[in-house]
Amino acid sequence: MLLLIARRLLVTIPLLILVSFLIYSLIALVPGDPAVTLAGQDPTPEQIAAAREELGLTDPFIVQYWHWLVNAVQLDFGASLFNSEPVASAIAARLPATLSLTVLALLIAILLGVAAGTLAGLRPGSWIDRVATFSASVGVAVPYFWVGMILVLLFAIQTPLFPAIGYVPIGDGVLTWASHLILPATALAIAPAAVIARQTRAAVANVMTEDYVRTAEAKGLPRSRVVGKHALKNAALPVVTVFGIEANRLIGGTVVIEQLFAIPGVGQLAFTSVFSRDMPMVQGVLLTTAVLILLINLLVDVSYGYFNPRVRQL
Amino acid sequence: MRTGQPNQPTGGTASELLRISELRVDFATEHGWANVLGGVSLDIHDGEIVGLVGESGSGKTVTGLSILGLVPSPPGRTSGGHIWLHDEDLTEVAEPRLRQIRGNEISMIFQEPMTSLNPAFTVGDQISETFRRHRRASRKQGTQRAVEVLDLVGIPNAATRVHAYPHEFSGGMRQRAMIAMALCCDPRLIIADEPTTALDVTVQSQILDLLRSMRAEIGTGILFITHDLGVVAELCDRVVVMYGGEVVETAPVHDLFQLPRHPYTEGLLSAMPQLGSRTAKLASIPGHTPEPWAMPNGCRFGPRCTYHQESCSESPVALESAGTERQARCARLAELNLRGAS
Repeated sequence: MLLLIARRLLVTIPLLILVSFLIYSLIALVPGDPAVTLAGQDPTPEQIAAAREELGLTDPFIVQYWHWLVNAVQLDFGASLFNSEPVASAIAARLPATLSLTVLALLIAILLGVAAGTLAGLRPGSWIDRVATFSASVGVAVPYFWVGMILVLLFAIQTPLFPAIGYVPIGDGVLTWASHLILPATALAIAPAAVIARQTRAAVANVMTEDYVRTAEAKGLPRSRVVGKHALKNAALPVVTVFGIEANRLIGGTVVIEQLFAIPGVGQLAFTSVFSRDMPMVQGVLLTTAVLILLINLLVDVSYGYFNPRVRQL
Repeated sequence: MRTGQPNQPTGGTASELLRISELRVDFATEHGWANVLGGVSLDIHDGEIVGLVGESGSGKTVTGLSILGLVPSPPGRTSGGHIWLHDEDLTEVAEPRLRQIRGNEISMIFQEPMTSLNPAFTVGDQISETFRRHRRASRKQGTQRAVEVLDLVGIPNAATRVHAYPHEFSGGMRQRAMIAMALCCDPRLIIADEPTTALDVTVQSQILDLLRSMRAEIGTGILFITHDLGVVAELCDRVVVMYGGEVVETAPVHDLFQLPRHPYTEGLLSAMPQLGSRTAKLASIPGHTPEPWAMPNGCRFGPRCTYHQESCSESPVALESAGTERQARCARLAELNLRGAS
């Protein structure tokens, strides 16, 4: 098992380098000259040339990338072109909000999706199954921002249970932290929950007809053990796969949701820095997101080994 | 419909372990409710190995599953009869009590060792889990017991193999592990549903030896479900032959092979390969088992029977005494002289 984790980690490193190269070249291809941005208003050609020199833009592309990469490995992504704030500290300041939002949303998605999918999969064709399947179809179809607005309308404006916008760090009290996050996290969680529910339903319904489930019944185990232990561990594999895919999509969704709920997170930072062409900031944000996604995929890969012992030898 | 014992026996003789009486099971099909078991009666005594024989679709597996209440529902339902485990009626007891009995007093071995073990847990965990559930034992005691029973069924290096996963076992070893799992709580009855069908012949005879020695050492009764009369001859004390959801003949194994009293049994015996007659073509019974929603009137075997007369199809045929300790369900029981295995 440890070997599996080590091997996956090793595979992650070249992947990360490739991703960083793509991020860097993508930014270089974007029209607009960062030197012009940095040189201020109505720059003279000399000022622009000086700025270009300062940014290292006169070096060959691959050298530029190499400098950027060496610094990035030391968590130095340069400074914002606008307020000269170091990119790393800007991201670090916003990461807790985004991580809180993402983790909470993923938790809601798993709990809701697995619970609904299991209940439906245990009794295919029952009314529970029909309700769950219908809700999942609706859940997959509605966009994040629409769910977010409806939630605000229902639970912040009509019945003011939760604040409509804003973010409070967890240090200021877990309850206020959670109450600010519950609506945006739910808005993010609905679509992944629906996809997870569908996958869980199919997997559970399939696994329940397996011979080993009958064996577990014949051993006299209580129903909760038969389902919770013998069926769910085997049903988990396809569910974990969609979980990985949905988690990646959900991170993308934070850009919209942080905007909608005025949460000062990395998604909002991405939004503003793209519009202001703050390239070092965009690069830093993209790289952070990429690391986050690679970490989730690593987790998914490693969990395959837990759920399916046959994978461990590969 | 049937002569023989009255419908409400309790207890029975001291050594009687399980008595099924007039068990009826229906399945919902697209043709409506189909009768899969039409009043099955059989009994098993302590330490006895009873063979339950019949073609696919004769209802033998459903009979085995019914004992533990494992007939999938829907589509199945028990519509009548009783299953007495000593003086407890298993068709009446509540689900929690049934779960106490399963794996503890009565355990089951299935046909497919490749798929009957859970691939996600170690063999030892799956055995120890049963023991812990019924004996309230600790994890350590459970593993100890798993090593003990794996050793008992002849798994080499049981102490290390206990931590192996099913995919690291061969088919024969998995079936041994299944038997170990069935044995771990010292059950009084084991229901073995074609436990050797999926295995190759050498492994098959090892498993049969194992079951025989288990009976000798622990004194478990075994209901051995099979379509293979050769295996029955090797292993069983008594045979119950099923056809179309009914018991058609029951007899001590020797008597049945020597002198069958039902034409279907005669057909099964003549379909067995015989040593020294390698050139002779194997006999087969023409036709196929009736579908449960299209049972023939009267004798269910009638349409395939060489001795069929019109009178056979007039009314249901009862299971009648056919000598000491044996019964048969044939309208022409008194007149027919059937041929046994040579």
